Amino acid sequence: MAELNYRHAVAQGIRQEMARDDDVVLIGEDVAGAGGVFKTTGGLLDEFGPRRVIDTPIAEQAILGATMGAAMTGLRPIAEIMFSDFFAVCWDIVANEIAKTRYMTDGQVSLPLVIKTGNGGSLRFGAQHSQSVENWAMMVPGIKVVAPSTPRDMVGLMAAAVRSDDPVLMFEHKGLYASKGEVPDGEVVDELGTAAIRRSGADATIVALALMVPRALEAADQLAEKGIELEVIDLRSLVPLDTQAIIDSVARTGRLFTVEENPRLLGWGAEIASIVAEECFWDLDGPIERITTPHVPLPSAASLEDLVIPSADEIATRVFKSLNS
Amino acid sequence: MHTPLSDHQYGNHSPVLPPVLDPATDDADITIEDRLAIYRKLQVMRQFEQRAYDLFMKGLVKGTSHLSIGMEAIAAGFGQAMRPDDYTFATYRGHAHTLARGVPMSPVLAELLGRGNGLMGGKGGSMHLTSVKHGMMGSYAIIGAHLAIANGAAFSAQYRGTDQVAVCFFGDGTTNIGAFHEALSYAATFRLPTVFVCENNLYMEYTSIQDVTPVARPAADRASAYGLEARRIDGNDADACYLEARAAFDRARAGEGPSLIEALTYRHGGHSRADLGEYRPQEEVEAWMAHDPIDIYRERLKRLGVDATELEQVDDDVAEQVEQATQEAKDGPEPEPRSAFTEVWADGGSSWRN
Repeated sequence: MAELNYRHAVAQGIRQEMARDDDVVLIGEDVAGAGGVFKTTGGLLDEFGPRRVIDTPIAEQAILGATMGAAMTGLRPIAEIMFSDFFAVCWDIVANEIAKTRYMTDGQVSLPLVIKTGNGGSLRFGAQHSQSVENWAMMVPGIKVVAPSTPRDMVGLMAAAVRSDDPVLMFEHKGLYASKGEVPDGEVVDELGTAAIRRSGADATIVALALMVPRALEAADQLAEKGIELEVIDLRSLVPLDTQAIIDSVARTGRLFTVEENPRLLGWGAEIASIVAEECFWDLDGPIERITTPHVPLPSAASLEDLVIPSADEIATRVFKSLNS
Repeated sequence: MHTPLSDHQYGNHSPVLPPVLDPATDDADITIEDRLAIYRKLQVMRQFEQRAYDLFMKGLVKGTSHLSIGMEAIAAGFGQAMRPDDYTFATYRGHAHTLARGVPMSPVLAELLGRGNGLMGGKGGSMHLTSVKHGMMGSYAIIGAHLAIANGAAFSAQYRGTDQVAVCFFGDGTTNIGAFHEALSYAATFRLPTVFVCENNLYMEYTSIQDVTPVARPAADRASAYGLEARRIDGNDADACYLEARAAFDRARAGEGPSLIEALTYRHGGHSRADLGEYRPQEEVEAWMAHDPIDIYRERLKRLGVDATELEQVDDDVAEQVEQATQEAKDGPEPEPRSAFTEVWADGGSSWRN
């Protein structure tokens, strides 16, 4: 068991898979020589050489096109889109091509590829380098959407993503890169589409993703001092979605809160609220509540960013108020 | 202010006439077997698409369809020069490129008719024809994307050391979109074995390419920006296409990187089913109709001593295949309703939750 940074866990997951399978290659802007702008791919060039770890021009369509073409002809490429906001300049390749090709060709083409990307706020980069865009991906049929919150999950889910025969978008949270956690020695392989209960509690279910998971856990600690016990579910993956874990938890607690970093409209929490309302309405003892970033672009100033992205205090306050109303 | 159409009214631009046929091509180093195979491909493409058009007019083919009648020489010449394991990436105007790889007519026509025995079970349609086992890696309906995707197949071939090439066909309109420039730059940087073939039929959809492009030769004039040679050929002469393809494939297999080839050609019809192509000057249409790929090729084969009856036999064989394919397509079942819910994921299903 070793303690790893989340950012080093990204490299560890990739390293584990590249060592195992020669068909795995890594391409992206600054991923090789520089080891990634967030240092998530450090050491891989030295270990695997320039044939397998490749710096590209700033050309996101070319990067993802090459990734798709390589995946359809026998390789298992990993591509990096430096900031998830940049998906907007290459979304055609993701949403029109990668997502739909297996279906349109009636299964002739498999696309075993991973697109890793730095997602989310907390580094004060403003409206075009801080967004949580996992919802963009979730609403397109044909792509898997994964967002780990711990170093151990990062290694195991990266491995699962690389081994998946489906295209996977791997959302790394920029605000978690410096966080630390235990990662077991030896091969770590997880399963896509499984949520994790991070904390058990009988009074309410909190469903969170990525950076919102530690914040929800902190809120749960605050409320525990007031005698309220929250169950915190880390979704880990939006597609596939572990709805059973949520439904089972709501059956135990009777209340559901979602904590989402995305702007409010059509966030993943709305889909979960809809599923719970349809499938376990009678288990609910009160309204479902969504705690999200308001429907605004993200401001740059630290004080303003902190104001809009859900904090542990805001989560605790909102849940406390709702449970006591 | 100067706008693209300041100099003339829409549809009244000066005609662009076809190149003059090079008589020396008759003596090119191409075997008679290859030439007869090219002639057969030309006939397959032409007769297939004429039938597809008829079935459209009868309402049997739904949606839209983009024909390459008049442009077959490019698909036939390049297709004949390919190795069976080379990769083709085509656009939504991809019927001819699919047939060029030896995909049988019947599943292609059935796909156009939306039948369960279609090439992709009715889930792709005219604009997405794909047959991986024939090296036909797809027809792509969003302009520009497949140039970038072809690079990935070329990279994979380079990585695996297989000497395969990825051949990517696209229209003149593609040369103004960002993905074109990204893909050319990427391929040239990594010396990928990608062969980019611009089928310059002089019109994007309804607008003349020369009206909205800052250079006269939309593909060739961009080549130097990527350190590539400007290459422009008569895209209606299948032998010129074959020779150009062979040279480009040799360079790619030798590790010399990508090629960008501009092949001049012309649609006999409009952009798609709904378009009659009336924005084109009559003189231009007539000149290109007289520069037809099949007429050019038939005359050459006759000059080379092939008996006219032998060619007629090919025509008749192909006509028979078209009849049979039509029958098989029409007789095909509707797709299984459950197929709408298959092959979203590698496990064959469409479930996104437990």
